[in-house]
Amino acid sequence: MRLDKELVLRIAKNARLNLTEPEIKEFLPELKEVLDKFSELSKADIPSNVNASFQPIEVKNIFREDKIEKCLTQEEALKNAKHKNDGYFKGPRAI
Amino acid sequence: MNVEEYVTGVRKGEISVKENIKKILNEAKKINKEYNYFNVISDDALTKAEEVEKNRKGKLAGLPISVKDCVCVKGMESRAGSLILKGYKPVINATVIERLEKEGAIIIGKTSQDEFGFGSFSTNTDNIPKNPLDKMRSCGGSSGGAAGFTRKTENVHAAIAESTGGSIACPASFCGVAGLTPTYGVVSRYGLIDYANSLDKIGIIGKNVKDTKLVFDVIKGKDERDSTSVDADFKDSKVKKIAVIKESLNVDKEIKEIVLSKVGKVEQVSLPLVSKYALSCYYLISMSEASTNLAKYCGLRYGESLELNGNFNEYFSKVRSKFFTKESKRRIILGTFARMSGFRDAYYLRAMKLRTLIIEEYKKLFREYDILVSPTMPIVAPKFSDIKKLSPMENYMMDILTVGPNLAGLPHLSVNIGTKDKMPVGLMLIGDHFAEEKLTVKGEELENRD
Repeated sequence: MRLDKELVLRIAKNARLNLTEPEIKEFLPELKEVLDKFSELSKADIPSNVNASFQPIEVKNIFREDKIEKCLTQEEALKNAKHKNDGYFKGPRAI
Repeated sequence: MNVEEYVTGVRKGEISVKENIKKILNEAKKINKEYNYFNVISDDALTKAEEVEKNRKGKLAGLPISVKDCVCVKGMESRAGSLILKGYKPVINATVIERLEKEGAIIIGKTSQDEFGFGSFSTNTDNIPKNPLDKMRSCGGSSGGAAGFTRKTENVHAAIAESTGGSIACPASFCGVAGLTPTYGVVSRYGLIDYANSLDKIGIIGKNVKDTKLVFDVIKGKDERDSTSVDADFKDSKVKKIAVIKESLNVDKEIKEIVLSKVGKVEQVSLPLVSKYALSCYYLISMSEASTNLAKYCGLRYGESLELNGNFNEYFSKVRSKFFTKESKRRIILGTFARMSGFRDAYYLRAMKLRTLIIEEYKKLFREYDILVSPTMPIVAPKFSDIKKLSPMENYMMDILTVGPNLAGLPHLSVNIGTKDKMPVGLMLIGDHFAEEKLTVKGEELENRD
């Protein structure tokens, strides 16, 4: 797999990051070095019946009664937002 | 004086909580000018101290506690060492804070750390803590401020820290204090500003093992607000057999000898999969999870923001690009890459399957041994000038000994056991899931053994 400028820019766009030219120049060899190391996983012998461990311990489903519980008030939810209007978050335009 | 003696003194009315909190706050402010251990020092701790003074109850009555910046404290800026969360004051307390305050503990401030926990030296942030024994050196990371202050303070104190891949053990080792990372799920993470959800664990750094254990007993336990928290069936404290991990001895020669002489004559065992693949597995999983967690920072609901110009994508990208550090950007890119269609099976899923095999490898040894031992870190605290020369991958390699137990969710305890060139050396005890009691019993013994 080739990690080049084009791919890094594609990933950055997906992740909502604008990378500067100096950042791309700095990151490219660093990311390649890390991915080379990660590629060693392809050498590991993993039997086909092995399941993925999405958690390190067994996590069970937890159910609760379907009833209304206390949650943040509108005021609390908005407390840390700089841009707000009439009790709502104010965001940038959609398109 | 240790935590137990201090709390006993408070409860008997022999110690003034108010005077003591005043003393430690003044000390923290003074030390902070030189060492950068705190991002915030509390301005209402004295009021809380007055309340505790009137009602001297609780298992931690009057105990000053510092809290890693990534754990939410209501009304106190909590920004996980990141500029993108600057100004964020949580409207809730993390469960651990609720439990601590219920037992009379007093929060004195938020300690410095690598941004979101991304680092082993606490250098990926705007407030870099300095090693209490040599200011030219790192405290370790990412809970650097927590360990640095714990070592430097002359007062009784314990620190709430957090580990994803070694962020409690590493700084504990570099600063010469004790660091307990509990089993995954044993301490609620409600109110933790997350790094990687399948790896994050809140734990404790203390001046000694006994102090960490007392705080652990207060913060542990199932919490309905954290769906991954567990009702643990803890193992007993008996330690019959321990072994040293053979591959972990491939470190600085002097560190190896200090560890082996401290632990005495015990068997050596091998963990081939852990030593070969744990580092890559850990970083792949943690970066993948981090890249999704960091998606929520967009300058809209909390933290830093900019003028509302451009459309959503342009605005979010502008905020994120301005306020994330380079290390966050690297991890977001690598994590996003590992989850992208076409690469997901080869990287992310493969790492998750290898984690299963790694857990099994540990479990097999725990059928015979109660505790596995290794040095905590391959080196003593490095100088900042040397850290600057490391590439990101060389930085990540520093976690080679701590990523294994973190990946497997195993409890581990770093104990200060000696010095090399006047800098502390830590020994790490790793136990099976829910074997914290065994670790603290053995840890105390080693800590006090000549």
